[in-house]
Amino acid sequence: MPDQLHALIPRLREICGDDGVVTDPMGRRTYASDGIPYHAADPGVVVLPTSTAQVAAVLRLCADNGVPFVPRGAGTGLSAGALPRTDGVLVVTSRMRRILEIDTANERAVVEPGVANLDITRAAAPHGYYYAPDPSSQQVCTVGGNIAENSGGAHCLKYGFTVHHVTGLVVVTPSGDTVRLGGKAAEAPGYDLIGAFVGSEGTLGIATEITVRLTRAPQKVSTVLAAFATMDAGGAAVSAIIGAGVLPAAVEMMDALSIEAAEAAVACGYPPGAGAVLIVELDGPTADVDAQFAEVTRMCREAGAFEVRTATDAAERARIWKGRKSAFAAVGRISPAYIVQDGVVPRTALPRVLRRIAELSAESGIRVANVFHAGDGNLHPLVLFDDTEPGAEERAAEVSGRILDLCIEAGGSITGEHGVGIDKACHMPAMFSADDLAAMDLFRRAFDPLGIANPEKLLPTPRLCGERPRVAKGAHPLVAEGRAELF
Amino acid sequence: MTSEDGPAGTDPVAADLRAAGARVRGGTPGDAIAGRVPRYVAAPADGAAAGALLAAAARHGLASVPRGNGTKADWGAPPLRCDLVVDTTDLTGIDHAAGDLVAAVGAGTPVADLAAVLAAAGQRLSADPVVAGSTVGGLVATGLSGPRRTLHGPLRDLTIGMTTVRADGTPASSGGRVVKNVAGYDLAKLHTGALGTLGLITSVTFRLHPLPAAVRAVSATAAAPATARAWRHAVAASTTAPTGVELDWPADGPLTLRVLLEGAEDGIEARAAEVAALLPGAATTAAPPPGWAALPGAPGATLLKAAVPPDAAADAAAGVRAAAAAAGTAADVRGSAAAGVLFAALPAGADGAAAAGAVDGARTAVAALGGSLTVPHAAPPLREHGVDLWGEVPGLALMRAIKDRFDPGRLLAPGRFAGGI
Repeated sequence: MPDQLHALIPRLREICGDDGVVTDPMGRRTYASDGIPYHAADPGVVVLPTSTAQVAAVLRLCADNGVPFVPRGAGTGLSAGALPRTDGVLVVTSRMRRILEIDTANERAVVEPGVANLDITRAAAPHGYYYAPDPSSQQVCTVGGNIAENSGGAHCLKYGFTVHHVTGLVVVTPSGDTVRLGGKAAEAPGYDLIGAFVGSEGTLGIATEITVRLTRAPQKVSTVLAAFATMDAGGAAVSAIIGAGVLPAAVEMMDALSIEAAEAAVACGYPPGAGAVLIVELDGPTADVDAQFAEVTRMCREAGAFEVRTATDAAERARIWKGRKSAFAAVGRISPAYIVQDGVVPRTALPRVLRRIAELSAESGIRVANVFHAGDGNLHPLVLFDDTEPGAEERAAEVSGRILDLCIEAGGSITGEHGVGIDKACHMPAMFSADDLAAMDLFRRAFDPLGIANPEKLLPTPRLCGERPRVAKGAHPLVAEGRAELF
Repeated sequence: MTSEDGPAGTDPVAADLRAAGARVRGGTPGDAIAGRVPRYVAAPADGAAAGALLAAAARHGLASVPRGNGTKADWGAPPLRCDLVVDTTDLTGIDHAAGDLVAAVGAGTPVADLAAVLAAAGQRLSADPVVAGSTVGGLVATGLSGPRRTLHGPLRDLTIGMTTVRADGTPASSGGRVVKNVAGYDLAKLHTGALGTLGLITSVTFRLHPLPAAVRAVSATAAAPATARAWRHAVAASTTAPTGVELDWPADGPLTLRVLLEGAEDGIEARAAEVAALLPGAATTAAPPPGWAALPGAPGATLLKAAVPPDAAADAAAGVRAAAAAAGTAADVRGSAAAGVLFAALPAGADGAAAAGAVDGARTAVAALGGSLTVPHAAPPLREHGVDLWGEVPGLALMRAIKDRFDPGRLLAPGRFAGGI
């Protein structure tokens, strides 16, 4: 530990209490990674504040001493956005987990940043409301982390991302100042700082109190599972559905390899012989859902679906979703190692890009399983390889990188929901010009003139961007324990 | 309009602006921005010319104010300086990817033209025409949202990408052409509603929605604000998924709550009946009345915007009206009860002191309800009397820091925004 950081420890203990500061090597090591284990670094020191005042005091101490800090929630992020600094302070929000208010009259909840995403819905459900953003790690991921990453989920096709559901934030800036932005009202005077803060990946400060919008639970939810012989046929069904003006809550697709993995892992019982499985979920007023349901079922059959299953209650719905939700972890059953990718293409480019991915796979001999949010073109290719085979890891990384290139060429994005973090910072110049990135950096410096807030994340740095992307092996511990599902 | 060979024709500065790729002429009183007559009016031909134009303006130390069709040109505080009006009306163009439900649109494109192109493909931008005649850039720079924000979110939620030019002429894009995208900071959020103080918007990319197959409007007149409040809550707690829940309370008329339903033909009658059952005395029509989504008041009126927790919307409307009456003027109130964002219009000719009193009183009433009140537009008598357009602005120090980074020379509409930004 650098001497300068060492000197701060007594002060950090005064602020957070003895039990709120972790300095021993074993304790610090448990925070070395987030959801991507191949990016790892032991934090210089870990603090676990319990209040806005403590966070503010910690950040002010960092600012006064020029020490970098990294915010962290539950550590489920998939871009290494919470990768610690060995020369810095890791600020963990896990002890700030009170739900401060459920206000159904105003359709709002006020929470601390360490509250798990799903706990808002649990608290609001008895009143007929829920919190709409539903990242697959929602059982454990924190609202503070969702703010940092602007998290989405399968249902963001219809309901939007975290940024669409936040009306108020208490933010501690990298200078240690506390600012209350917005509240229960939908708008606040001045520039839209809340809109710009959400998704800033911990580089603008730490949100210590969060006001979110609650959404009324729909009258009816219906889920369709359709099996197709080919991905092209499934893709045609998606185009037909969206083209007909239907806006489902979710449209998910899996290819043969990911279906095989899901069957091996959880015996989800999807139709045998399917080259593609499409899951379409509709929600809203009963009459609308029923009308759309008939339309969606018809369009699936017209596109060549050889089997269509429907679910109208929670248990049936869970059976349909089981394979989809387990797919990521299930890939471990059919491959010793894999890279999970997150890219976006315009929906109309999906068939073309999927064919190119198949060609890349064939050319390289690297298998790629495709599981994705088809409604919004958000791909999550899983690039499979055997890490005991010499050179396989490099070839897999090459394929993974080429897939991102395909996304950019198609007019898409290098990340739809996992964020840039440190993992994709070096891909940013492929999507944005030097001028674009310079404007982003100006914005960052307005909040963080000292450059101490989660340095080297989100924007490329010369030091960082000589290294090639690295590779995942095995499931995240939370996934292995069955406590979380990823993407 | 003066010709291009007018007073600016032989001026070396005008020649520089022209060399950037812009139509240039001398400013006239008709070009005044809140009373400031610019020396030049320049219309860049495209985004690249817009960059070159602002670079040339910066070299000459000219302060610029962007203008589309000029429907809201005197919104915000009067700029401290206005040497150059950047006329965006040549920055037109609609790149509509119908299959992807997105469109990239030049900032100078009239919103009505965009709507027509999209409608031909059965689609729409789910933002309401709150001010007739606006360009896309003007709509975004003023950050106005109408009733449909209830279901589709405010304008900023429909914006997925933006290209701007910074004060020194450097172009900057953020976002992209796909809805789901978390790469980089979403700078479009900052520019939305910034009145051109952080950059010149040259192009905006929107997500679109299909036009609904069926529409119904369910309207009822409430005898008292408490009734409207209860109705708003009942509709929000129902599962009828309205597109808009609009409150309309003219100074000389009753309070009407109007619920817009959109969706499949099969279900629309049942949904309308379900809503009508919540609003005693409600009438259901096949469409909302014309102009229902427009700002209240006549063009040129002083405009107040109140944002409150949604349950307080009806009380805020009552509070603003009472404040106006107590100050000796009158307010027409209209806005989204569902979102808790309301507009109030004071007559343009209202006495300055009376209007200022109405603003103060309304601000106090709205603050007591946990909200904020701003004055997007002050008519000349109020402006001349003097008024705090913004009230308390939490985070102002951060906003100033952003302005300092983006526009250190204070060349973009200086003084027009909160806190003198």
